[in-house]
Amino acid sequence: MSSIHQVFDKAKSENRAVLIAYLPAGFPTIDGSIAIMQEMLNSGVDLVEIGVPYSDPLMDGPIIQQAVDVALHNKTGINEVMHIVKEVSKSGKPVLTMSYWSPIEKWGIDKFAQQMNQSGGVGVITPDLPPDESEAWITATDENKIDRVFVVAPSSSDERLKLVTNKVTGFVYAASLMGVTGTRSEVSNRAEELVNRVRKHTQLPIAVGLGVSNSEQAHEVAQFADGVIVGSAFVNVILEQPNLKDSIAAVAQLCKDFARGVHKD
Amino acid sequence: MTTFLQDLHKIDDQTGHFGQFGGRFVPEALISALDQLEAEYLKAVIDPKFNEDFQNLLKDYVGRPSPLTEAKNFSKHAGGARVFLKREDLNHTGSHKINNVIGQALLTVRMGKKRIIAETGAGQHGVATATAAALFGLECIIYMGEEDTVRQSLNVARMKLLGATVVPVTSGTKTLKDAINEAMRDWVTNVETTHYLLGTVAGPHPFPTIGRNFHSIIGVEARQQILEKTGKLPTAVTACVGGGSNAIGLFHPFILDKDVQLHGYEAAGDGIETGRHAATLSGGTIGILHGTRSYVLQDENGQTLPSHSISAGLDYPGVGPEHAWLKDSGRAFYHPITDTEAMDGFSLLSQTEGIIPAIETAHAIAGTVKLGKELGKDAVIVINCSGRGDKDVETAAKWFKLT
Repeated sequence: MSSIHQVFDKAKSENRAVLIAYLPAGFPTIDGSIAIMQEMLNSGVDLVEIGVPYSDPLMDGPIIQQAVDVALHNKTGINEVMHIVKEVSKSGKPVLTMSYWSPIEKWGIDKFAQQMNQSGGVGVITPDLPPDESEAWITATDENKIDRVFVVAPSSSDERLKLVTNKVTGFVYAASLMGVTGTRSEVSNRAEELVNRVRKHTQLPIAVGLGVSNSEQAHEVAQFADGVIVGSAFVNVILEQPNLKDSIAAVAQLCKDFARGVHKD
Repeated sequence: MTTFLQDLHKIDDQTGHFGQFGGRFVPEALISALDQLEAEYLKAVIDPKFNEDFQNLLKDYVGRPSPLTEAKNFSKHAGGARVFLKREDLNHTGSHKINNVIGQALLTVRMGKKRIIAETGAGQHGVATATAAALFGLECIIYMGEEDTVRQSLNVARMKLLGATVVPVTSGTKTLKDAINEAMRDWVTNVETTHYLLGTVAGPHPFPTIGRNFHSIIGVEARQQILEKTGKLPTAVTACVGGGSNAIGLFHPFILDKDVQLHGYEAAGDGIETGRHAATLSGGTIGILHGTRSYVLQDENGQTLPSHSISAGLDYPGVGPEHAWLKDSGRAFYHPITDTEAMDGFSLLSQTEGIIPAIETAHAIAGTVKLGKELGKDAVIVINCSGRGDKDVETAAKWFKLT
């Protein structure tokens, strides 16, 4: 069983959802992103998604765009991402990367999967690679024992849900709403409906992301999903802090809040 | 009997791939909208009513067929080759962009969507989209890089006069590439009510195919007109290439005419060797941008590199996947034209023929001067005069120090 599934099983036995945190690699600095993610994993986060910075993040709202600009300014390329994966993986908890398809394809599909494995990473989320285009990726991830995560959306037909979930080996990433990343004042009512539809097609764990901004929302999502993904809310607090030390402290506090939130009633 | 649009559909790949190029690299959230668009298009293609509406609008609203004008004075500067201009500059709104816009606006109405969004570089596609939105009573939002809103301010005013909302995009390089990113963000949020009227033959399937087919009217007319005027097919057809919409529109109906050379001219900016250019096919590598696999200006980490051109409409680090395929298959040739060469072409056509071309088009003009010299006086060349230069008067006046 993959380490990702072990984490979901453990959370289930504790009557809670898995807490998944996203942070772009190289934000606020390369070393800073390592320190913050290590702190996240010490403060209640079960899994981290390390974002591969990309120049054209067309699924991201202004908050993550701002962080990615910083990361690119810090010259965070794939080699730097792999260094971060390696350092954060020393925590012993599963580390995934999340990447637009352009960086992976350019870098080399096999090479990326192989380096993920060598760096201790366990999975990759590819939000703009539809399964229809993923033949080479499936081979590369299978050969290198890297779990695949694909994203489904409220607009996905049942036929698409079946197609997509069939290619997933890690967890299914359910986008809670139609839109880009960012904080939202409430959880989209389409999230639960989507999770219920996905369950008809797969036994795999389902995590909900997009717009989860506070522990109350995380709590709401935890009632119907197996995992809760938080990204922009972390980036936001880091952007508000004057230095790394304060960022780490603020993120730790936020992680603890979210960790309390993901318990099922 | 086949319909007009079915005939244009002849060379087609139902999966949206042109060899290794094309495809769909977009979030799952957009797949259903792309499927819907493709399905609606395929239904429309065989619907006589749709064909009739499309052709009537092209005739009575756009003003087609556009003339094929022989450029006799200009020809002396192009090695004496006979040169003809396909006058897309005379279309309503001033460029070829309106062909695709009319087609997609009709599809929008068929799909029951009330809101259209579009990106624009030079503003020509934005103006055409705003025009169609006014005609069909659709809400219209145009995303335009902040830098482009400055260098194409006349077109910004035109779009606003037509009732569109123009949103200046301040992220990234503040040009066409980032306008597309912002339009995609809008689309993924509002996809159920909104059609993204993509203005070039790039982007995810089915955009490259749909855009090409709606623009193929350019080549269909040019082919017939040149046969009428010269009794034979041309030696070569030429066009500027940014995303590649006007070029594919002219090229496509000639693809099966193996003896007709296809030449595309890309924006080399300060020169490919300087790194400050937008010549994707000449100076780029294979990669992914905006949902399609094609040639892209990017680094080894897959990061898109900034492009540069005096022409806002060619200032794009990607190119339509069918052009990538035509290049690699050897069917079409693509050449770089610098800012200086383009502006010389701009001036030359203005002063020899009394036709002020768009700066985008001027790249094809400059390229044809070179090509004519290579092919000699027996050659017949058709240039796609894709747009008029009114919008560029300020830039040109500055370039030639007229003010």
